[in-house]
Amino acid sequence: MGSSSSSMDNIPNAEELMQETGFSAAHLLRLYERFEFLDKDQTGELRPEDFGAVGGLALNPIGDRIISAFFSPGRETVDFPSFVRVLAHFRPNDTNRTRNGTQQEPVNSRTRKLKFAFQLYDQDRDGKISRAELLQVLRAMLGIQVTEEQLQSIAERAIQEADLDRDDAISFDEFRKSLEKVNIDHKMSIRFLK
Amino acid sequence: VLYKVYISFVEVGAENVQTADYFKGVASFLIVSIGGTLVGLVFAVILGFITRFTKKVRIIEPLFVFLLVYLAYLTAELFSLSAILSMTFCGIGANKYVEANISQKSRTTVKYTMKTLASIAETIIFIFLGISAVDKSKWAWDTGLVSCTLIFIFVFRAVGVIGQTWVLNRFRLVPLDKIDQVVMSYGGLRGAVAFALVVLLDGNQVKAKDYFVATTIVVVFFTVMFQGLTIKPLVKWLKVPRSTSRKPTINEEIHERAFDHILTAVEDIAGLQGYHHWRDKWEQFDKNYLSKLLLRKSVYRKSELWEAYQKINIRDAISVIDQGGNVLTSARLSLPSMASRASFPEVTNVTNYLRENGSGVCLDLQVIDNVPGAKVEEDTETHHVLAENLYKPRRRYQSHYSRHFMPLGEKERQDREVFQRNMKSRMETFKSTRYKRHKKERSLKKRRGSDAKEDGSDKPRRNVSWQDKDPVVVPVESEEDKAEHSDPEKEEDIGITFVARKAETPKQRPKSVPAALDGCQSPTAAPPSPTSGDSHLPWKGSVGSPPPCVSVEATKIIPVDLQQAWNQSISSLESISSPPAPAEPIHPRVSALSRLGGPRPASYTPPGSVGSSTSSIGAPVSQGSFGFPEKKKEDEEEEEEGGASQEMQPLMSSLRPPGPLPPPPPPLGSAPNSGRRRNPCVYLRSLVTMPPTGSAEPHSRGPTQL
Repeated sequence: MGSSSSSMDNIPNAEELMQETGFSAAHLLRLYERFEFLDKDQTGELRPEDFGAVGGLALNPIGDRIISAFFSPGRETVDFPSFVRVLAHFRPNDTNRTRNGTQQEPVNSRTRKLKFAFQLYDQDRDGKISRAELLQVLRAMLGIQVTEEQLQSIAERAIQEADLDRDDAISFDEFRKSLEKVNIDHKMSIRFLK
Repeated sequence: VLYKVYISFVEVGAENVQTADYFKGVASFLIVSIGGTLVGLVFAVILGFITRFTKKVRIIEPLFVFLLVYLAYLTAELFSLSAILSMTFCGIGANKYVEANISQKSRTTVKYTMKTLASIAETIIFIFLGISAVDKSKWAWDTGLVSCTLIFIFVFRAVGVIGQTWVLNRFRLVPLDKIDQVVMSYGGLRGAVAFALVVLLDGNQVKAKDYFVATTIVVVFFTVMFQGLTIKPLVKWLKVPRSTSRKPTINEEIHERAFDHILTAVEDIAGLQGYHHWRDKWEQFDKNYLSKLLLRKSVYRKSELWEAYQKINIRDAISVIDQGGNVLTSARLSLPSMASRASFPEVTNVTNYLRENGSGVCLDLQVIDNVPGAKVEEDTETHHVLAENLYKPRRRYQSHYSRHFMPLGEKERQDREVFQRNMKSRMETFKSTRYKRHKKERSLKKRRGSDAKEDGSDKPRRNVSWQDKDPVVVPVESEEDKAEHSDPEKEEDIGITFVARKAETPKQRPKSVPAALDGCQSPTAAPPSPTSGDSHLPWKGSVGSPPPCVSVEATKIIPVDLQQAWNQSISSLESISSPPAPAEPIHPRVSALSRLGGPRPASYTPPGSVGSSTSSIGAPVSQGSFGFPEKKKEDEEEEEEGGASQEMQPLMSSLRPPGPLPPPPPPLGSAPNSGRRRNPCVYLRSLVTMPPTGSAEPHSRGPTQL
């Protein structure tokens, strides 16, 4: 897949990307190939329709949300660096990576992962997951199997459990707190094949 | 597996082993293990398929499980395949489908039977081991062999672990670090299986059998005792993170699922055929084909998230009740933090009930109140319904009651207010309707309805919701009747003990009543009466649990706090409408509870509570003693009442059919005095035939002491 002679030179800003996201050169190359594969008309940027070409996404209940997560708010297309940055959220945490003191928090740290997931729920980006948003996600995930009332009660309980300041919505901190026992690194990481 | 391979070598004879045989050995190893696995999986499919149809014959489900697993074992043995692997994989493969298909009771049965059998078998083996160790004729000691073996097992295990983890770590997301490896290599306990196998060796063919036996005994001792005992301190010393049992929260469930979806999507986007991709594919396959084949229809439609949610809810509700907390308020506050002393029977029962109801089960209590009407026969079902009923209050509480219902702090004050209000109305109604109870069943309903309405804004909703149910009506009526009984008594403001006299109504909700009563009782801190202990027992044999019972039961389950709140509402209802209004069965209870609860928010002593309620019951009894004879006559008519009263009367239930009211009443008698404040609507039902009157006597005093 991809172009025949893709090499690191084709990738713009390869060095910076590697620095920023922690991907290795091989990973980056592979991702670039994938990007080009998805980018059917070779514009160098991805549009939502390109994502639609990916098979399994149609079956995924929150597929469309994930797709929209790739697009920064307001932008219509995704270029390669953004593509890579989003995917970088899912890298497994490196335990023995040297941290540059001035570097900001690495992209794939636990907080960033959680933030990414949080944004998937919080569509209107107000920093909180309201009951309606939660219901939407639940409805998407559970679909026809569960009645509306049951959904309501699940959402109700979820909010009850997580909402500590009783504003009837889940803020990012509450979200993080409610998941503190979950091994996020494990759950939100993908092994990128070499 | 290796054992089998080598046995076959032995049988061939040492001289005859040739190179080809080594390859055959390896091949045989593979065949034995894979064959065993396949046999196991085949039986797993069969087992899943069979359990799909066993809905009507629940009792034989465990039997099927045991039989088919044993059959897997035998089949594998028949073909000289690995029987152990076949059994293991049969269990693994069938786990998901069988667990979903069979009833909760069967599941429990299977689980505990297996555990018992396993421990029996293991004990026998170790006894045998011990005896062999002492019996010198069975073994021969060879120091070199023994010591070398000991060293080698340790070394080779460590080597094996390290080697394999090195290979695995290249593919794992979270690598296994050194400490894990140390623990894994140290934790190689060899036990019963090794010993059993070595004893099975044929002494004629394997000349060195005795040496082997001795070595094995030593090895087993060493690993089990020494390594077994020291591994815990070792783990602590190495500070290995232990797995902490944590209460599952719905949030985690939801988000974990979301993460799974996210990851699958990302994998798709990135074009990786990763772990999630394959797992997703497997789940699709499973959902579309396997589950359709092997899962019962009703189970098939449920979603896992919903199941998880139900389980969590039930567990919380049960634990709240166990602690005697108020489901409504504490549910809001401290969901995750409740001690999970979940009482398992209830949990299993409730979940069982829910499961059996199929995917249509909606935890809206209104629905649930209706449903039980159909399934009246079993105690557990009523219990389930009660537990389910808990959800309703919780939701309603959130939406309606948060202002009206007493949060824990205000409970006393409000209880008292309501109680006083109730008492007053009760007095009035009681006086007017004293002797016309039995005639008024139907009218009671209306009255109660109206009463309910006037009772207060906080109650109407409750009433409305519950009044729809006819079945509910009945108990209410009876309860109202009882309420009337107690009205006169109630001088003080505190509880009126209603004596619900119910002639023996076999169909009544004796069970529910006892249950209800029990629940009721809890708030009352009055001296426990023996019947309190019966709270769980009374359910036996209750024939029908009419829906009202259910609600009673539900009330019962509700922790004391809640009960008080409920009592309030119920008592208000009751007091108002002495004739039993159709009000949901809960009401009487609630009022009873509220009475009880008022002054004493939480005498959460279940045993005591029962006693107290009974005592309170006793009080009314005395009061109503005059009424008793009447009541007795109307056994038939008062069926409903009886039911209601039954609810209120845990005591009575115990007394019920067998006969005379014996102990409970007397304790009641004493109780009322003590439990004065708390006997809300204890409806005493002199269930049984005659004695009630007699028993009623002693308690005469108490009544007012609600």
